[in-house]
Amino acid sequence: MAFEGLAQRLQGTLQKIRGKGKIDEADVKEMMREVRFALIEADVNLKVVKEFVKTVSERAVGHDVMKSLTPGQQVVKIVKDELTNLMGGEQNPIQFARKSPTVIMMVGLQGAGKTTTTGKLASVLRKRHNKKPLLVAADVYRPAAIQQLETLGKQLTMPVFALGTDISPVEIVRQALAEAEKEHHDVVIIDTAGRLHVDELLMQELKDIRDLSTPDEVFLVVDAMTGQDAVNVAKSFDDTVGITGVILTKLDGDTRGGAALSIRAVTDKPIKFVGMGEKMDALEPFHPERMASRILGMGDVMSLIEKAQENVDEEKSKELEQKLLTQSFTLDDFLEQLQQVKKMGPLDELLKMMPGANKIKGLENAKVDEGQMGRVEAVIQSMTTAERNTPEIINANRRKRIAKGSGTTIQDVNRLLKQFEDMKKMVKQMTGMQQKGKKKMKMPGLDSFFK
Amino acid sequence: MSFFKKLKEKITGTNEAVTEKFKDGLSKTRNQFTSKVNDLVARFRVIDEEFFEELEELLLQADVGFETVMELIDLLKVEVQRKNIKDTAGIQSVISEKLVEIYQAGEELDNELNIQEDSLTVILMVGVNGVGKTTTIGKLAARLMAEGKTVMLAAGDTFRAGAIDQLVVWGERAGVEVIRQSEGSDPAAVMYDAIRAAKNRKVDVLICDTAGRLQNKVNLMNELQKVHRVISKEVEGAPHEVLLALDATTGQNALIQAQTFKEATNVTGIVLTKLDGTAKGGIVLAIRKKLNIPVKFVGLGEGVDDLQPFDPEKYVYGLFADGLEQEDTSVDK
Repeated sequence: MAFEGLAQRLQGTLQKIRGKGKIDEADVKEMMREVRFALIEADVNLKVVKEFVKTVSERAVGHDVMKSLTPGQQVVKIVKDELTNLMGGEQNPIQFARKSPTVIMMVGLQGAGKTTTTGKLASVLRKRHNKKPLLVAADVYRPAAIQQLETLGKQLTMPVFALGTDISPVEIVRQALAEAEKEHHDVVIIDTAGRLHVDELLMQELKDIRDLSTPDEVFLVVDAMTGQDAVNVAKSFDDTVGITGVILTKLDGDTRGGAALSIRAVTDKPIKFVGMGEKMDALEPFHPERMASRILGMGDVMSLIEKAQENVDEEKSKELEQKLLTQSFTLDDFLEQLQQVKKMGPLDELLKMMPGANKIKGLENAKVDEGQMGRVEAVIQSMTTAERNTPEIINANRRKRIAKGSGTTIQDVNRLLKQFEDMKKMVKQMTGMQQKGKKKMKMPGLDSFFK
Repeated sequence: MSFFKKLKEKITGTNEAVTEKFKDGLSKTRNQFTSKVNDLVARFRVIDEEFFEELEELLLQADVGFETVMELIDLLKVEVQRKNIKDTAGIQSVISEKLVEIYQAGEELDNELNIQEDSLTVILMVGVNGVGKTTTIGKLAARLMAEGKTVMLAAGDTFRAGAIDQLVVWGERAGVEVIRQSEGSDPAAVMYDAIRAAKNRKVDVLICDTAGRLQNKVNLMNELQKVHRVISKEVEGAPHEVLLALDATTGQNALIQAQTFKEATNVTGIVLTKLDGTAKGGIVLAIRKKLNIPVKFVGLGEGVDDLQPFDPEKYVYGLFADGLEQEDTSVDK
């Protein structure tokens, strides 16, 4: 049920236009409609979309698109460039105070990920900026919020300043600042309680904390999955407390993340970091271009590469390469390859990340058959070690046994053996190519599963 | 009798306090939405293409999503033509009527929890990170206790720092026992223990917390399936309810969340949390329509009694209450 990206959406429109040989303003308008759809489905706020589409269509009606031979690509390019521009600008490093300590306030709605991000940020500051942060547990409302920060502090071996839940957050911050001075902490990160932006009492509390601590940075922590309401939230927090930057969390999910654009458009404050996982080191700098691709559903090569790196065991791949070169690649290795690919996530998700994957013939509606992969695994697992190492010995009797053992049919077994043979041949050709200086190929034989 | 009058009678006839609570929690949503609809109605005397366009935008901003909005607009256009509605005065009730209709899709809805009469009922709570699973469990436990049930909680979020402590605090507030192991232990093992304990102590309902997980993390979804398996192995027909907690602030991704969690754990109902903010959670319409998962509860605040059963009619009533009162007075005159 994933949503169509802009490129797919435009394809339909372009099909209609193609016969005409020349596109006019009405065609551009039609394409802009698709741009609008795509952005709204990515959760970009409607008002922001309107404004944005206006800018883009002005550019599009200009000469860029109408004269182009590939209007679709041209539109996508303009949209992507504009998106990148809007969210981008120069990288925004953290503002450190001239006189220590630097005070950072974390604010946001409930469940956005403030406490986790506080821990991650502290870790980044220590690692990359050589700072000595003090974490302040100022969330006295949510049950066990203080324990959560204390646990993170323990994991990171970082001090956490907490006074329990009976003391007002403002007082906690006052004492924390004194403690920071005494213990020579050069950064103080205040983890405030999640609150609704319409809760006047709690918003006043944030103002009080701000006035007392005069923070150098106030980071609004926002869930990347946020919908249309992102603008209300960002605007309220910015108007009342005055934010200096945004941290987008849970971007390791499969949301398009249009909220990033909404917030940027409404507050004009930079997105400084993105949260990419639950581990304490999963906080990364924001890349506007990647975000633009993502919002448009255009495939994200960088993420794909990173995903592969994350899941593929370096040593194992080297070993495999060696095996491929020496032609000693066995069914066991084949199985391992399958399992590594599977670890990276559902295959159709991976496919979607590849740019242009939707253009490959027969692949546009590719439903990768994970069941088929399961059967292949079962077949191989039903073989003896000898059979896996030298498939040539698998005769009719053995085939029957393997099929029975794996709950498949003899045809399935035959198919796999044939695939494996084909693959070996292919590898042979490729390694031949490689010796002539061509690029290396990884994961051979994968294509036989994309039907 | 108009739709609203029937609705109002039905509601005032039942439970005043609950309705008030619902209205209170929804007041921000309602004020915003209703005032916008009123605006719209005031600005447009006649119903034309432009009116529909504005209405479309209004609904899109409530995160209802394109498909559902288009469907509603089409329905409305037909209705307007059929009933020959020319001006905007009468349109408000038609809008809400159609919204309820889309949600119900012609089915009689049963939002009751599937509670077993004389044996253990197991409720499994699932969802992505930070949507309010643990808080909802606390509230749900209090609610079931108030209905005279004995309740036990299983601290199945062994991953997130402080999650177990958080559930323990809620357990204390609601006065129920919490079965826990240490942080980092196998959640399936916690469930196993908890079910044993629940059977031994003959409690009526066991509510199982799980760690938040993003739906595209294959390993974590597999882990959740394992938890589900362990539960169904230990108690026949369990889990009797799998509730997906959904943050009302979430946009279109909620649909993918619902789909993926349904595939993994056969979700039986949704708890729409944080509805006391300005977000409207309009995506539940699409979820109900496409995946046939009903919303069973809504979270309207942080208090222990801020969990209310979801009733689409009340929900719409909440959205349009102001409009209704106006309509009523004008009729009385």
